[in-house]
Amino acid sequence: MYTIKDKILLAPGIKMFMIDAPSIAQKAKPGQFVIVRKDEYGERIPLTIADSDKREGTITIIFQEVGRSTQDLGKMEVGDMILDLVGPLGRESEIDFYGTVICVGGGVGVAPIYPITRALHMKGNRIISIIGARSADYLIWLDKMDEVSDEFYVTTDDGSYGRKGFVTEVLTEIMDKEEINMVMAIGPIQMMEAVSRITKEKGIKTLVSLNPIMLDGTGMCGACRVQIGDEVKFACVDGPEFDGHLVDWENAKRRLKMFEREEKIALTSLGCRCCQGGEK
Amino acid sequence: MPREIIKNKYPMPLLPIEKRIKSFHEVALGYTEDLAIKEAERCLQCNKPSCVEGCPVGVDIPAFIKLILERDYLAAAAKIKEKNSLPAVCGRVCPQENQCEKMCVLGKKYEPVAIGRLERFVADYELANGELQYTRKSPTGYRVAVVGSGPAGLTCAAELAKMGHEVTVFEALHIAGGVLVYGIPEFRLPKSIVAKEIENIKALGVKIEVNSVIGKLWTVDELMREKGYHAVFIGTGAGLPYFMDIPGENLNGVYSANEFLTRVNLMKAYDFPNYLTPIRTGKRVAVIGGGNVAMDAARTALRLGVEESYIIYRRTEKEMPARAEEIEHAKEEGVRFIFLSCPVEIKGDNEGRVCEIICQNYELGEPDESGRRRPVPIPGSEYSLKVDTVIMAIGQGPNPLIAATTDQLQVNKKGNIIADEQTGKTSKPGVFAGGDIVSGAATVILAMGAGKKAALSIDKYLRSL
Ligand SMILES: Cc1cc2nc3c(=O)[nH]c(=O)nc-3n(C[C@H](O)[C@H](O)[C@H](O)COP(=O)(O)OP(=O)(O)OC[C@H]3O[C@@H](n4cnc5c(N)ncnc54)[C@H](O)[C@@H]3O)c2cc1C
Ligand SMILES: Cc1cc2nc3c(=O)[nH]c(=O)nc-3n(C[C@H](O)[C@H](O)[C@H](O)COP(=O)(O)OP(=O)(O)OC[C@H]3O[C@@H](n4cnc5c(N)ncnc54)[C@H](O)[C@@H]3O)c2cc1C
Ligand code: SF4
Ligand code: SF4
Ligand code: FES
Repeated sequence: MYTIKDKILLAPGIKMFMIDAPSIAQKAKPGQFVIVRKDEYGERIPLTIADSDKREGTITIIFQEVGRSTQDLGKMEVGDMILDLVGPLGRESEIDFYGTVICVGGGVGVAPIYPITRALHMKGNRIISIIGARSADYLIWLDKMDEVSDEFYVTTDDGSYGRKGFVTEVLTEIMDKEEINMVMAIGPIQMMEAVSRITKEKGIKTLVSLNPIMLDGTGMCGACRVQIGDEVKFACVDGPEFDGHLVDWENAKRRLKMFEREEKIALTSLGCRCCQGGEK
Repeated sequence: MPREIIKNKYPMPLLPIEKRIKSFHEVALGYTEDLAIKEAERCLQCNKPSCVEGCPVGVDIPAFIKLILERDYLAAAAKIKEKNSLPAVCGRVCPQENQCEKMCVLGKKYEPVAIGRLERFVADYELANGELQYTRKSPTGYRVAVVGSGPAGLTCAAELAKMGHEVTVFEALHIAGGVLVYGIPEFRLPKSIVAKEIENIKALGVKIEVNSVIGKLWTVDELMREKGYHAVFIGTGAGLPYFMDIPGENLNGVYSANEFLTRVNLMKAYDFPNYLTPIRTGKRVAVIGGGNVAMDAARTALRLGVEESYIIYRRTEKEMPARAEEIEHAKEEGVRFIFLSCPVEIKGDNEGRVCEIICQNYELGEPDESGRRRPVPIPGSEYSLKVDTVIMAIGQGPNPLIAATTDQLQVNKKGNIIADEQTGKTSKPGVFAGGDIVSGAATVILAMGAGKKAALSIDKYLRSL
């Protein structure tokens, strides 16, 4: 059992938990994730380790309430215990000196890109960060990202904060202006795809963090398979980071819709367990 | 006076078919005491019992059958447990027709003694009525880490604990049991039985740490260097699903059997949305393969309410590696078998969901290395089958995680850890391995046998430190 030590509402529907998980905290590296199962009835859902504190023995997760499992999780409070938490899973990011690196974070994707950005910054890379969200309300961790960036841009779709428009517009402008050695993008799949398309034209190495549906997270089931170039990879063990220029985006987007209908059923059945008297 | 020989096994009481396909209730209900005694009477109590030679762990079969006749079922259970610590599991899932029962002398002319069913009867009796009895030696002060909680790891852990060593089992998933909990379905092996066996093992003092992926949380080297374990046993199984590498395999609706069965068994997707893990089958399901895994997937699909559940296998019924009983039950329940056939492509609709599978017919050619006749495709024989779901059950390989993160641990070309068959010793001092991770996908009883042998040699190793 893993106790929630702290809970913060970062933006509407975006929540942050600090969880007591000393062993995982010891080991967590940027780019890695955990799989969470809230309770006996829960799904196993993957969430990035957005931060970790070895001394306190805690890890931080930030999640957006998009469906039943993330909503159920969001209802938990400080002091509550999560039944299962396994990690750190996935490969760590390749933190190296590249030169000038652009880090693009969209929406809740800022959470997973933060530890990577920080590590890249500490390696001596010049960091240009571009953060985007729907509107000002949904921008998270601006200060933290600013701290680890040499240049910092913010966009919102509606112009309520920073520049009006998409992250890709700023990205294009910067790339036209100066030489970029690497781009790292994490956010909604459409955003990662758009970023990869732009950088591919310029031939700039681009890493994205894919978020397919997962089950075990250990390479046992193949639910998370993604097409990378002419190879099929299991994102939970071979990723989650991949070369954005090689990703089969159509396939990746389609596979996220595998259980669309069931996800709706799960949402509308909210609370039905209580009427049935709980235990079954 | 020569006694009359009953030619056939007493039939196993079964759940009626119409009840079976609507639930995950166990299909084989088990012998009653009366049936068990009658079946036990069929045994000739051979002086040189060949059946024992057929059992990979050498259970003293005539001895336990004799104890059944004496109505001393707890003693019979104890007798079996001298060699096999999970009889309730093995009695249910051992491929007896290739092992103990294959060698039974009665089988030469008639049906062999139903050894598996008797083993199950005794084990179930003990689970219901027995008290756990064991003698645990005084603590040795040695600590052993066991990686993986399948039959290999559990057996090794139990044996080591009985010898007085301090044992911790690390399991990647949130429940212990390996394939016994995530793969083999409830209707064949009720999870409550596995859970009881695991409780027994815990009662021996074994600690089980779930949610611990070794190679990620800690490496094997760290377990030994930093965590103070004197030896490590690796029993991580054959968990890496193979796909066929044919067009359309990434369409929505194509599952590995591991994914399909894990969703249903481990995550209880059959009770969605009470349990939140979804599964989707549509109306027509094709399972590719001919082993136990394929039978389990096809029968599970039926229970989820599909209209047609096909098994597509490239050889014939004779070559199918599945247990005879499972094939029989699958047929009774309405699984449709398509032999000498193999998919070449899966097609999707415009939303990217499976709608059709294109297969090719095969014929049997010359025998291959395994001695089975090699299936050869017949050119131009392609045909199409409308399906909504395709489940790949064509085998599993070793998960590379441990090998990739452990210094000096040698693996073979397929990625299986190289370990001595008798001792479980690997190329790395203090590290032992057994079960599917060494042998490739095999059977529960072989994995248990390997775990037990390794425990003996780990004990020796520890005492030499
Ligand atoms: C390695 C990895 C790291 C992740 N890290 C984070 C994180 O740090 N914070 C965070 O908020 N989310 C993260 N995700 C996504 C998160 O796992 C999903 O949002 C979650 O499983 C949805 O569960 P649900 O039941 O609430 O929603 P569902 O009902 O399952 O889905 C609702 C909606 O979300 C979409 N969706 C479903 N699964 C995913 C997915 N895996 N990724 C993206 N969209 C999905 C569906 O298409 C649907 O539109 C990560 C995913 C992976 C694979
Ligand atoms: C669907 C199905 C049906 C079967 N039916 C039969 C049958 O009827 N009869 C029969 O005899 N055999 C059957 N088998 C085969 C049998 O189950 C296996 O041979 C046996 O379970 C192997 O045991 P094991 O202990 O080696 O590994 P497993 O049972 O595979 O257990 C390995 C365990 O290790 C864990 N693990 C893996 N990597 C790590 C890691 N890095 N860190 C921590 N833990 C890890 C896994 O999560 C798993 O729990 C079947 C197999 C399947 C899949
Ligand atoms: S363990 Fe398996 S092979 Fe051995 S006697 Fe029992 S059922 Fe037969
Ligand atoms: S070979 Fe058959 S008849 Fe003889 S002891 Fe074994 S089970 Fe009994
Ligand atoms: S989640 Fe099962 S293999 Fe990746």
